[in-house]
Amino acid sequence: MTRHVVATIDEIKPGGRKVVTIDDREIVIFNLNGDYVGILNRCPHQGGKLCDGVVTALITSNEPGQINYARPGEIIRCPWHGWFFDLRSGQSWGEPDRIKTRNYNVAVTGGNELVEGPYQAETIEVTTDQQYLVVET
Amino acid sequence: MIRGLNPIDCDVHPNVPGLKTLLPFMEPYWADTLVQRGMHELDSISYPNNSPLTARADWRPETGKPATTLEQLQSQLLDPFGIDIAILNCLYGVQLPFSEDMGAAYARAVNDWIVKEWLDRDPRLRASILIPIQSPELAIAEIERLAGDKRFVQIMTLVAGETMLGRRHHWPIYEAAERHGLPIAIHAGSSYRNPSTANGWGSYHIEDYVSQAITFQSQLASLLSEGAFRKFPDLTFVMLESGFTWVPAFLWRFKKYWRGLTMEIPWVDRSPVDIVRERVRFSLTPFDGPQSEADITKIFEHLGSDELVLFSTDYPHWQFDGNDPLPPGLSDDLVRKILVDNPRQTYARLR
Amino acid sequence: MNIHVSEAEAKKRAARIGLAIADGDVHPALPKPQAIYPYLSQRWRDHMDTYGMIPRHQYQAGPAYPKGNPDASRRDSYPPEGGRPGSSLSFMRAQHLDPNNVELGILNPLAPTPGNAQNLELSAALATAMNQWQLAEWLEPEPRLKGSIMPPYEDAAASVEEINKWAGNPHFAQILLLSRTAEPLGQRRYWPIFEAAANHNLPIAIHAFGYGGNPVTSGGWPSFYIEEMCGHAQCCQALLASMVLEGVFEHFPTLKIILVEAGFAWLPALTWRLDKHWAKFKGEIPHLKRPPSEVIREHVWLTTQPMEEPDIRRHLKDTWDWIGDDRLIFATDYPHWDYDDPIEALPIRLDDEPRRKLFRENARTVYGF
Repeated sequence: MTRHVVATIDEIKPGGRKVVTIDDREIVIFNLNGDYVGILNRCPHQGGKLCDGVVTALITSNEPGQINYARPGEIIRCPWHGWFFDLRSGQSWGEPDRIKTRNYNVAVTGGNELVEGPYQAETIEVTTDQQYLVVET
Repeated sequence: MIRGLNPIDCDVHPNVPGLKTLLPFMEPYWADTLVQRGMHELDSISYPNNSPLTARADWRPETGKPATTLEQLQSQLLDPFGIDIAILNCLYGVQLPFSEDMGAAYARAVNDWIVKEWLDRDPRLRASILIPIQSPELAIAEIERLAGDKRFVQIMTLVAGETMLGRRHHWPIYEAAERHGLPIAIHAGSSYRNPSTANGWGSYHIEDYVSQAITFQSQLASLLSEGAFRKFPDLTFVMLESGFTWVPAFLWRFKKYWRGLTMEIPWVDRSPVDIVRERVRFSLTPFDGPQSEADITKIFEHLGSDELVLFSTDYPHWQFDGNDPLPPGLSDDLVRKILVDNPRQTYARLR
Repeated sequence: MNIHVSEAEAKKRAARIGLAIADGDVHPALPKPQAIYPYLSQRWRDHMDTYGMIPRHQYQAGPAYPKGNPDASRRDSYPPEGGRPGSSLSFMRAQHLDPNNVELGILNPLAPTPGNAQNLELSAALATAMNQWQLAEWLEPEPRLKGSIMPPYEDAAASVEEINKWAGNPHFAQILLLSRTAEPLGQRRYWPIFEAAANHNLPIAIHAFGYGGNPVTSGGWPSFYIEEMCGHAQCCQALLASMVLEGVFEHFPTLKIILVEAGFAWLPALTWRLDKHWAKFKGEIPHLKRPPSEVIREHVWLTTQPMEEPDIRRHLKDTWDWIGDDRLIFATDYPHWDYDDPIEALPIRLDDEPRRKLFRENARTVYGF
């Protein structure tokens, strides 16, 4: 497992997102009200760039006509065909075990820990007084 | 016998010879006024009486309608085909009148006629309850009136009626059906509240008939989208005279759109393909399929299950010649399922 | 919104596709509804401002069933300079034509569709305007794009006039109708359009959608957009049955039709059903002398989008073989949300020859380029 320093925590506001490239792979980092998550920037269906998708909520139903609206902001729809993915698990709606997009852990780490390594931080200058987002691949 | 088995025929059409036959089964008010008003027969344009589709030539009597007597049924179908059980789906047009009450009066009369002239006279016979689906209330009353008679094995409606079959308008009927362990059978035909095709009124009888299979697709989409399968988990839907070679392509398309539109119908929370395989059955005839055994095998592969198809002759409609309506190339195992196992599995009252 | 059309990426994509492709369904859009006004007379501009188009459905603006996305479009297809998806030629080049190696893109404008207007004079004025607009703003500036002659198709006489006006213009590749006409498309009221098409040797494209006033199913109006979307395949089955059974192709033996944006996997089952029942109904339609399958095989092409997606992908190959690999034309539906991507959409692997046919040769044959 390699850990990559990709951004300072201030760079992605709550509800925001950022695309980072790690080893030629694009990963989108989302800030879900203070929780940071990452998914591969590619829909497993036909390759739509998920970073262009619009977020919605987890919409479920116990019976026709009755709707549960939960976790707003945590489900992304592919910008092409509108497939739904849970940003926390990468799982698709409807067939979660069969279809999912790769997801990544994103940790918040202090600059003072990072200076000690071993981390990949080619594009980010790390200072000890900052908090950073670290993606595990 | 067909391929050495006594089949269960899930789609057999006895015909009401005429209104006169029904009058003894009608309440006095209806028996009086229908005659007073010079009421015509409820013979639907879906099956013009003399159309080649409506009766196979060798099943057509010299005069009058085909399949109007038990003796015809026995000598033309039950005995020569070695039928174990035949389900009678009378297509007399109880759904056609605009008046809900008139529709209900006809439904009661036809159902009672079926009991007296057919079910009581041959133990091989079962039947569908005809309902005046114009009115869910009256339809339920008819179901409640007859459900105690275990020879009624399902409830039947036409594929095109007042409004889409998935809509909640119809749910009280489905609730009653589920409670009594009766599948809902949906048969080709229309009450013509809407044009006969999705693009307006067609010009020809053949166009109407070909379009029936298209309407089945729309109704399956409706039942799926509205969540009828979710709401009634123990209810089976049986598509009769629907054809079934269209099913795979329909499901491929429906599932594709479902993935991108789940927020519109979130009660469909698992693959629509699986739902249909578990909950919907299709009668065998007409087999609108390819000719070659290899291609026929592919059709069943695409369906993805051996349990979907129920044997039917569609007697007296002309869908095949000779004594074996099965398409070529089916394995013995599949043949047994179609002829016997699948019908028994589908109809709780045949087990 | 991020826009991802860097030149390097576009080149990489184009290289992956390899061959230059034809796209049978590209949707140019007006940046806003009033953008058609320069092509309308003052009389019709005033009419549009005061009364609107009055389609055969309930809403003043927007579709009868709300779509799954705004403008039914890919979220990444909004032009950087603003306006609706599909309204910017430069962005269409950068996002679609260049990276997807499109050498021939057939334009199918959808809004407004002249045939949807109940007022037939307005319908005719809109038809002329849409044709002028295509020519001026798309076809003359971009030779890779070919246009569709849009007739006011519920008025056959006016349609013939409109078709005659444009048929000699090499920028136009086909005549465009929408699938949901006021009556089944095989019926006599539409025959003058087929006659004009045959006379000019122009194929007729019938694109899914439109509003003919009939419910999208013969069982009535469904509740949901997903039913309408699936229903377009059913409407196309009904219209094809109508055209075959009415004897349109017997009467116009050189007529070619292309069914656009209705998928294709439904065709074999419809054809088998037509054949089976034709055999017993010959007495009713003596004008149809051949099995419907032969007629369809000879006269009908289909664009592939939205390509059906079976769970077991190779099943689609069976369908492909049943239809015939010379009848399917690749289409993206750019910029709409159910877009088929030329690299990703095909669920099966095709050999070089059928691949060339799908992506290029079939379109060139049917359009005569």
